Amino acid sequence: MILAWLIIVLLAAGILAAVAAGWNPTLARWISLVATVLDLALIVSLWIRHAGQITLGGSNPWIEQIDWTWIPEFGIHFHLALDGLSLLLLALTFFLGVLSVLCSWTEITESVGFFHLNLLWILAGITGVFLALDLFLFYFAWELMLVPMYFLIALWGHERRIYAAIKFFLFTQLSGLLMLVAILALYFVHHQSTGTYTFDYEQLLHTPLSSRAGLWIMLGFFAAFAVKLPLFPLHTWLPDAHTEAPTAGSVILAGLLLKTGAYGMIRFVVPLFPDAAREFAPVAMILGAAGIIYGAVLAFGQSDLKRLVAYTSVSHLGFVVLGVFSWNELALQGALMTMLCHGVSTGALFILTGALQERIHTRDLGRMGGLWTTAPSLSGAGLYFALASLGLPGLGDFIGEFLVLLGTYRAHPILAIVAAIGVLAATFYALRLVQRAFQGPNTNAWAIRDLVPREGLIIALMAASLLWLGLYPRPIFSTFSPALHALETAVQSYR
Amino acid sequence: MTSDDLTAFLPLLAIAATAIVVMLAIAVRRSHAVAAALTAIGLAAAFACLFIAAPHAPHNVTPLIRIDSSALFYIGLILAGSIAVVFLSYGYFKRNEEARPEELYILIAIAALGSATLVSANHFASLFLGLEILSVSLYGLVAYERDLKASVEAGVKYLVLAAASASFLLFGMALVYFELGTMEFGEIAAAAARPGVALSVLAVGVVLVLVGIGFKLALVPFHMWTPDVYEGAPAPVTAFVATVSKGAMFALLLRYFNQSGTRNNSPLLLVFSIIAVASMFAGNLLALLQNNVKRILAYSSIAHLGYLIVAFEAGGDIAGFAVSFYLVAYFATMLGAFGVVTMLSTPGNDLGDLASYRGLFWRRPVIAGVLTAMMLSLAGIPLTAGFVGKFYVVAAGASALLWLLVFSLVITSAIGLFYYLRVIVALYSHTEELVAPGIPMEPRGAWSLTWTVGVLTAAIVAIGCYASAKFGFRRMASSKSGSDAAYCLSSWRPKPRQL
Repeated sequence: MILAWLIIVLLAAGILAAVAAGWNPTLARWISLVATVLDLALIVSLWIRHAGQITLGGSNPWIEQIDWTWIPEFGIHFHLALDGLSLLLLALTFFLGVLSVLCSWTEITESVGFFHLNLLWILAGITGVFLALDLFLFYFAWELMLVPMYFLIALWGHERRIYAAIKFFLFTQLSGLLMLVAILALYFVHHQSTGTYTFDYEQLLHTPLSSRAGLWIMLGFFAAFAVKLPLFPLHTWLPDAHTEAPTAGSVILAGLLLKTGAYGMIRFVVPLFPDAAREFAPVAMILGAAGIIYGAVLAFGQSDLKRLVAYTSVSHLGFVVLGVFSWNELALQGALMTMLCHGVSTGALFILTGALQERIHTRDLGRMGGLWTTAPSLSGAGLYFALASLGLPGLGDFIGEFLVLLGTYRAHPILAIVAAIGVLAATFYALRLVQRAFQGPNTNAWAIRDLVPREGLIIALMAASLLWLGLYPRPIFSTFSPALHALETAVQSYR
Repeated sequence: MTSDDLTAFLPLLAIAATAIVVMLAIAVRRSHAVAAALTAIGLAAAFACLFIAAPHAPHNVTPLIRIDSSALFYIGLILAGSIAVVFLSYGYFKRNEEARPEELYILIAIAALGSATLVSANHFASLFLGLEILSVSLYGLVAYERDLKASVEAGVKYLVLAAASASFLLFGMALVYFELGTMEFGEIAAAAARPGVALSVLAVGVVLVLVGIGFKLALVPFHMWTPDVYEGAPAPVTAFVATVSKGAMFALLLRYFNQSGTRNNSPLLLVFSIIAVASMFAGNLLALLQNNVKRILAYSSIAHLGYLIVAFEAGGDIAGFAVSFYLVAYFATMLGAFGVVTMLSTPGNDLGDLASYRGLFWRRPVIAGVLTAMMLSLAGIPLTAGFVGKFYVVAAGASALLWLLVFSLVITSAIGLFYYLRVIVALYSHTEELVAPGIPMEPRGAWSLTWTVGVLTAAIVAIGCYASAKFGFRRMASSKSGSDAAYCLSSWRPKPRQL
């Protein structure tokens, strides 16, 4: 039941915030903050309560689940379940949720209520995606994220927001429809071979598929997740959407929406279609490696700070694809770690960019420089997260990428070498960012306010969590491992 | 006629009586409110009669009319749609009663009668009768604002094309009759199976019938009239043309092709596939070029009928269900969308231009929100009825392995998103002058509009959230069917090939 509450709290608080903003916009902000903090508290308490149980492992990976009949005639259930993988991603979701409410506290001044309605509903959709074990419900939640995100970009975004919003919507919707067709095809194939109509994940897991059908159906799922991830060359919506979105939108896009794509790969693509995925893995991994290099090179060439950060996402998510399709323990742990750390570090970079833009009204790197003299904490934070992004040992991103490289080396040494070059390239763009924005002479004579306490708190929380992930990642791995084992048993035929 | 016949026929009699009563009432005293109220009450009474008739279904009332579960279901849908149109018209014409709107309600009742006849037709004669009752009253409805050039032009255009298509239909029927010697749907299959039937003549006949039906459904390539008529007709009438008239015709299409067994004919299925793909692509692509909301909705409705054909082709239980569900969702959404247009329009000055919708959200957030919901429902986004409808249609297509059609549907849906988003973008954009010209700021008599649109919005969201609710009417439609092949499309189903 607690799983349903996670979603209900967000949906209800969204409506409440929209209504409350009529009287007082600040009230809407507080309602959203309380709702996200409440969800974060719920998930952390679940984590602590089940900490022992998680480490024990066992045949049943699900920590919590609910299974209500929804549309029995079609075998559709309202089936939510939480395992270690979902738990970690949900913790990230609500953590970033709290922060994105905080970081839009002063940025958003127009129709505050509607903004928070959209923000909370996106989070509800993402929560649904991470929890759904019924494919219909999953698709439902998957699509539910889109409309509020569209509004978030189109209404509160920057200069080219309409273009970016429509591009985002079209890419994700078209790929989503392909997934819908794939889901239905799987549903009918399952019916043909077993005689039952069901959308239930665990029942569909062992659907016997001919290799051709398996490949096509897998591609339907893969398309949706690859666009969301985004996998090179389907990434073109991402720089636009990230750049034009308001800060909270960018944080959620980079931190969470991209992770739903990676989550889909781990939860659905490989376990549902182990044979087809194995066949397809080289292609996916080559695309992932290409994305690593491509994203890094393009990030290096950007003059728009937000666009630069956006391209780094393409690069980092390439590691996740490599990790998922190598499908060994090390690589998967690395992929998960990269997902979590990328969420935090990229989110932080977007928040810093947003804070900068609020102060100097530009994102152009050419017009920055020398900000360290006038805003030392902000610039210091920028350096910190840029270093995290380039994979400095001691911070979380390093662990993730290192494990992915180790795992990939076992499967495909050459791709691991290519990916390692990508790590090197990251050094260039990250250091260039720091040099151009914060160091050097203050030629434009910027005199700006340093971080205010609210921003300081956000940044400190994110910095601390990255440090924790980098120095003591064991709780993460021990939470993830039972889920990982369950996934591996489901996919025994993969190797 | 026995008493059983009369009971089964009661809904149609009630609709006919409504038209007569309203006419007499107008003769006694001309009052807009009374005419509208009487029509609404009469149609509601006819709806109640469905429950009296239901225990007798399936029942043949003369060879012409067959009242079965599918007929009852679609008559119910037609009546609900017509009542909504009556409410919309009342609010619309209340703003300017100089057009003498009372007779409009007679025409709506007669058009509803024609539609009800169509969906219960079991014979070419009743098919044609229903079609003409519907068409002739539609001429009047479309051209109702006779002082307006656009309205009259739309009426004449509709008249000419509808008459031409009706003659195609007649000729087709004549050819079928010439070859088979029967005009009853149920006997056509048996007659066609007899040896010595010239299939070529029969095929030409069936295709000509299809032309007549395709015109009413505005399927490509018979869609040319749609945008002009939609644009020229008064907004509530447009809502009627888009929903009731098309819905009735589609129900007839299902009924005719299932009962007459003509669906087993694979070249005909190919024709349907081509029509479906063409409608989906043409509708969605042409809508991209429009700058008028009524025209956008016109092309959108062409595309939606294309989607419906996908389900129609699939056949099987799930397809019958998908079609009826999709039609309900389509009715509610289209009526809602035109309801919003009606709310913002006055007679003679329909708000069509997309530019005048710019920034509507900042002036009238609730109306803009409702129109957003309608657009999202048409686009098939979750939490709306349109999503569930599209889901079932894709499911039907996938169950019959019609991959070409399914992928066309997917691709055109994505294209379609573009113009639905254009409308939404316009609604939420910031404009310099916040009051665009032509928007009545304080419309009188808006309660009927507000309520109708409110109910439709609630219905769309409710269906979208709890898709299971519609199984209520599914049971109504199928429980009494027994061996009733009209609803159970299982008579025709492609052999599931191995994937």
